[in-house]
Amino acid sequence: MRVTTTVNGTERTADDVWPGESLLYLLRERLGLPGAKNACEQGECGSCTVYLDGEPVCACLVAAGQATGREVTTVEGLADGTALHPVQEAFVDAGAVQCGFCTPGLVVAAHDLLARVPEPSDPEIREALAGNLCRCTGYEKILDAVRLAARRQAAQ
Amino acid sequence: MTTTEPTTTEPTTTEPTRTGARTGGRIGEDAQRPDGTLKVTGEFAYSSDLWHDDMVWGVTLRSPHPSARIRRVDVSEALTVPGVSAVLTADDVPGENAYGLEHADQPVLAGEFVRYEGEPVALVAADHPETARRAAARIRVDYEVLPALTDPRRALDDDAPQVHPGGNLVRHLRLRRGDPAPTAPVVVSLDFEVGMQDQAFLGPESGLAVPAEDGGVDLYVATQWLHVDQRQICLALGMPPDKVRLTLAGVGGAFGGREDLSVHVHACLLALRTGRPVKMSYGREESFYGHVHRHPAWMTYEFGAEPDGTLVYGKVHTLLDGGAYASSTAAVVGNAGTLGLGPYRFPSVSVDAYGVFTNNPPCGAMRGFGCVQAAYAHEALMDELAAAVGVDPVEIRRRNGVQEGDRNITGQVIDSAAPVAELLERVAALPLPPPPAERPDLRDLPGAVGNTTHGEGVRRGVGYSVTYKNVGFSEGFDDYSTARVRLQVTGGEAVATVHTAAAEVGQGLVTVQQQIARTELGVQQVVVVPADTTVGSAGSTSASRQTHVTGGAVKAACEAVRTAVLQRAAVAVGRPVAGLALDGDKVVGPGGEVLAGLADVLGEDAVEETVEWRHRPTHAIDPETGQGDAHVQFAFSAHRAVVDVDTELGLVKVVALDTAQDVGKAINPDAVVGQIHGGSAQGMGLALMEEVVVTDGHVRNPSFTDYLLPTILDVPPMQVEVLEYADPHAPYGVRGVGEPPTISSGPAVAAAVRAACGRPLRRVPIRPEHVTGI
Repeated sequence: MRVTTTVNGTERTADDVWPGESLLYLLRERLGLPGAKNACEQGECGSCTVYLDGEPVCACLVAAGQATGREVTTVEGLADGTALHPVQEAFVDAGAVQCGFCTPGLVVAAHDLLARVPEPSDPEIREALAGNLCRCTGYEKILDAVRLAARRQAAQ
Repeated sequence: MTTTEPTTTEPTTTEPTRTGARTGGRIGEDAQRPDGTLKVTGEFAYSSDLWHDDMVWGVTLRSPHPSARIRRVDVSEALTVPGVSAVLTADDVPGENAYGLEHADQPVLAGEFVRYEGEPVALVAADHPETARRAAARIRVDYEVLPALTDPRRALDDDAPQVHPGGNLVRHLRLRRGDPAPTAPVVVSLDFEVGMQDQAFLGPESGLAVPAEDGGVDLYVATQWLHVDQRQICLALGMPPDKVRLTLAGVGGAFGGREDLSVHVHACLLALRTGRPVKMSYGREESFYGHVHRHPAWMTYEFGAEPDGTLVYGKVHTLLDGGAYASSTAAVVGNAGTLGLGPYRFPSVSVDAYGVFTNNPPCGAMRGFGCVQAAYAHEALMDELAAAVGVDPVEIRRRNGVQEGDRNITGQVIDSAAPVAELLERVAALPLPPPPAERPDLRDLPGAVGNTTHGEGVRRGVGYSVTYKNVGFSEGFDDYSTARVRLQVTGGEAVATVHTAAAEVGQGLVTVQQQIARTELGVQQVVVVPADTTVGSAGSTSASRQTHVTGGAVKAACEAVRTAVLQRAAVAVGRPVAGLALDGDKVVGPGGEVLAGLADVLGEDAVEETVEWRHRPTHAIDPETGQGDAHVQFAFSAHRAVVDVDTELGLVKVVALDTAQDVGKAINPDAVVGQIHGGSAQGMGLALMEEVVVTDGHVRNPSFTDYLLPTILDVPPMQVEVLEYADPHAPYGVRGVGEPPTISSGPAVAAAVRAACGRPLRRVPIRPEHVTGI
């Protein structure tokens, strides 16, 4: 089947999509956007988090066809040209990245949190990121990154 | 998207990142990762992100049985599926159908027998992964199911099924020291059981094999040691190393689980058969079958002590379930034996550690490597001893902890810092979290917003643990790394290029390599090029060894380059070499005065040196007594855990998990703390939730739905105190960092839960039913 969807502001079309394919597969294997990651592919780890019409979703749990006519924003779409989004910048600066496989999903989830709650408390950060597994960092520096991004946004 | 070259790891450079902050950095500074920006933008190319024009997908058909004879494999129906380009079985392996890290005992594709559930039997290549999976389902395998050996405690019985013709014993480590029949006024003992933990790296096993015009193959893969992979692939393909070229693709975590081969040979076989690039990428369920796990352990420990708690003897019997193939079981037994009594002084010791074959999933390397299991037993028993003699858990460890100059249980002198007592004192002195009554926020309680308790039935406990771990490969292994460093002036700026085959798996070795080159060569621009097999082996990214060993190689190669450059400079400026140095792209004199620019000295030339660097040798242990200088270096850490346990529902909330660790020298302090955080979380996971449940040889929970990993709600705030007692035998004094926190965190958590609920808790992971009904 044919799927036409808007990804990071650009209309994209893929042909010969097998109806069982996920949005994650569509992005990674057909549209050349491997930023969303394939860690569990059953909605447990959050590594594939993208926005679908502004709502964060696990791309692995969305059928490719469901994205037809809708707006998808991936981690590749967050930076403004060569300028990192403050959340991305904070992840780098805080040392929140080790292997980095969880990072794209966490960046999108943190981006969503800070859009809703500009100055989140620690329990709010933990609650918001509870669906994103990280195996490397023990989450401490991820918390640091979100706090740092919030501070920088507040200062702007 | 069309490419003719595979997309692979971008060369890492020190080009100013888009953040502009904290780039650069010499050793001892908080340097930023060169790949950080690529990782936050989604541009970093992991092994599962690779893509090639005209590629096909490979999938694996695996055995549903833990033990069976294969009577026949019929692939004819699978071959008729449109889109399928190849179906391969054991008959299609051109070289030896065998691989393995230490012993080549594992078939690339099962021939006559399958020995564990999930063993690869056949491969399919097709134009879509779903097509390949459907074709694989149409391969007819006629199995004769055989009796399976699934209880390792029966493995050495005379009537046990034989997993391999040579018997079920992988290794028996026998260690004897001191009085052969010791007695003591105080005797404590216990049995302890540790479940099977999974590395659960997030990036699945994956890679891209590209057939080459010379008849060879180029493999881009996530791994921990390119050259040991290459050796095994060459054996299976029947090809020389120059035809099997490996490049490290982006690695999404490893933790030991990528030491053994996964997709490597399979992808190469399919690529060579189809003549097309082949991508393989496991799903999470397959990943649970596609790599080794941490050995489950059954341990019996007995300590004898004086009335004041001073240890007199230790007796240990340890059994590790190696599963169906040897993998690194022998070395894990080596650690569980030689380090199995922890960082304590024992005048007399008797240890028997066994690793056995069963028809359970193969077990091998995971962060902590044999020391994790042992630490649960020796730390629980130290607490038992403390209670028996009436001292507190910190004091019993302080009294018995090894010090520099002591001999450990293999008789090896610990010849650098061994700050057991100080680590305990420091971790004990860190601020404690407020008591539960002062934490009215539901989110701080066990069960959190599940609203399962408002504090009733909740008990607090505090526990301590200390450990030591060998760094690098032991028992006489020729452990080395190779580094190639080039210095040249390009566009008016000096650039150092560092090339090794060392696997960056997330730990930050690429950053460390840059920091070393900046320090040794006085340049700012350092490019770490992708790791591949065109340079000599770097050894494994495991055993907490790469900063020490590859760091040592990079340092040595930089020194060789510097010497060559300064010899040229001496001629150019008419000064003796002694007293010249490199700094800020300049040649400087003893007072730091600038004598020449590097551009003036080097012109268009590049100075390049390749150095193979070894740490001081280790030695095999005596087969009868287990005595010998088995290890090159020891790394120490101590943890304190604070937990709240809801004893009505069996829910455990870890409230604090604090570490004190000696790292010798923190090359990148920020990254060191990150390693300690992550290692602590993994250790905590085994104590409370992480277990691959295996029943009758079948894995019951191969998913992240059923195999529980600590989330950000589970892992508490972690205070870390880093000590830097330089090891005089190591480059810059570094001491391995990655593993110790994984070893001492879990036993501290278990001790805290014991303290909270008063139960002995002789098994991890601790389950809810173990801490209820009190």
